[in-house]
Amino acid sequence: MKSFTYERVDTPAAATAAFARTPGARFIAGGTNLLDLMKLEIETPSHLIDVSRLKLDTIEPTSDGGLRIGAMVRNTDLAADARIRRDYGLVSRALVAGASGQLRNKATTAGNLLQRTRCPYFYDTNQPCNKRRPGSGCAAIGGFSRLHAVVGASEACIATHPSDMAVAMQALDATVETVDKAGKARRIALADFYRAPGSTPHLETALAPGELITAVTLPKPVGGTHIYHKVRDRASYAFALVSVGVVVQPDGSGRVALGGVGYKPWRVKAADAELPRGAKAVTSALLAGAKTSHENAYKLPLVERTLAGVLAQAKG
Amino acid sequence: MAPSDDFPISRRGLLAGGAASVATAAVARPAMAETAPSRAPASPPTAKVDFEVNGTAHSLELDTRTTLLDALREHLRLTGTKKGCDHGQCGACTVIVDGRRINSCLSLAVQHDGDRITTIEGLGQPGNLHPMQEAFVVHDGYQCGYCTPGQICSAVAVLEEIKAGIPSHVTADLSVAPSVTPRELRERMSGNICRCGAYSNIVDAIVDVAGVKA
Repeated sequence: MKSFTYERVDTPAAATAAFARTPGARFIAGGTNLLDLMKLEIETPSHLIDVSRLKLDTIEPTSDGGLRIGAMVRNTDLAADARIRRDYGLVSRALVAGASGQLRNKATTAGNLLQRTRCPYFYDTNQPCNKRRPGSGCAAIGGFSRLHAVVGASEACIATHPSDMAVAMQALDATVETVDKAGKARRIALADFYRAPGSTPHLETALAPGELITAVTLPKPVGGTHIYHKVRDRASYAFALVSVGVVVQPDGSGRVALGGVGYKPWRVKAADAELPRGAKAVTSALLAGAKTSHENAYKLPLVERTLAGVLAQAKG
Repeated sequence: MAPSDDFPISRRGLLAGGAASVATAAVARPAMAETAPSRAPASPPTAKVDFEVNGTAHSLELDTRTTLLDALREHLRLTGTKKGCDHGQCGACTVIVDGRRINSCLSLAVQHDGDRITTIEGLGQPGNLHPMQEAFVVHDGYQCGYCTPGQICSAVAVLEEIKAGIPSHVTADLSVAPSVTPRELRERMSGNICRCGAYSNIVDAIVDVAGVKA
């Protein structure tokens, strides 16, 4: 690991000011992903700003009947919150489908959204990777691509986003709240948060350098049956091959988002409208234009079959 | 990173040190001969951290890169906590911080200022075992034993998590408090890998401590 200096801050304003003072800095909270990447020297910050003790660790009601989840709320606490379990079951289900108990006790809401891909070529510093070293190429294309994206990928990168929680947040129309270096707050719809890889896969989100996530808000509850189904290589503690998150209403309408298929949680409004017509129609709309390799072509039928199972379960 | 005090030299350490010296002699020396006398590298940044481990207060000045795991093992000589993968995948390094189990390998020591940390040494000692340690012995919940301290710390915290009503992936109904079942335990213990495959005996041990029928 490269050496770095360290400071702890008490307020978001102090955090962004510290970033402005120290080029090369990174914010650290739970650290479960950042520290892992620092050990491999994939991340090499010269300064760490510890934001883990910011008073952003509560879940509060919003004026429009939703919830504001502080950026530092731990994954375990979010999954266990009584309001989340009752009104946003999809979030709770997605969280407990991810990582291990130990990691969920450390990982934060904001950090979960910002975690980086688990593409094995991103992790292997002996391999070219446009995300890790821009311009070096992509070893996943034409390589071992069983885990990789089938939609939204580019000639430069076919990595997937690994978060389960983000899939639920996307289905529920969450919004990310931030504060920038100048202290200006803004709100970014999660749908606009992740950047398509294009020719710059190292740029992953809409955040500007030094911009800090302060909260994630959920609109008022939408009711319905919430199901998150994750398909993985082992029964627990593994990343998704594909995952399907749905909210289905008694009349068969609803919303659907996918994990494990693209650079972001995959949701297509036109596919939501197909829900009453069943899994085949929904999958066609969701994965229109999918580009597969010999190794990840299985993801298309897997999505359809997983969705069919989930919709049957929703009917009860 | 220089340790703050020294272990007595072990046979294993001596052998490892000897092997390293041979490699240095074979590879590094010819190159060294052609370079100017080396300058001492700038010392890496350090930071001070105060925390409590197993009821004892400690104040350490550490290289900022030091993980909680390395602080425990290399600086406080609490070697019960094990380093397995060092990447949060195996759970051998599991300790309990302020009542919650975490991977100590994926946490910087300097982030734990003011925290209360419990390691396997704090749960129980020879002659005064924690009920979970006792149950692992009775049920043969290990073979080589390397993952065991992490398994036991995790298991103790898992029962508290169930008591606190925290749901898991296999909890059928989010509106009902989870209960201690082998299925729940297997899911909740999935962050602790046992290469020897003692899993079924580990579940038996935890079930025993929880006082439920398997």
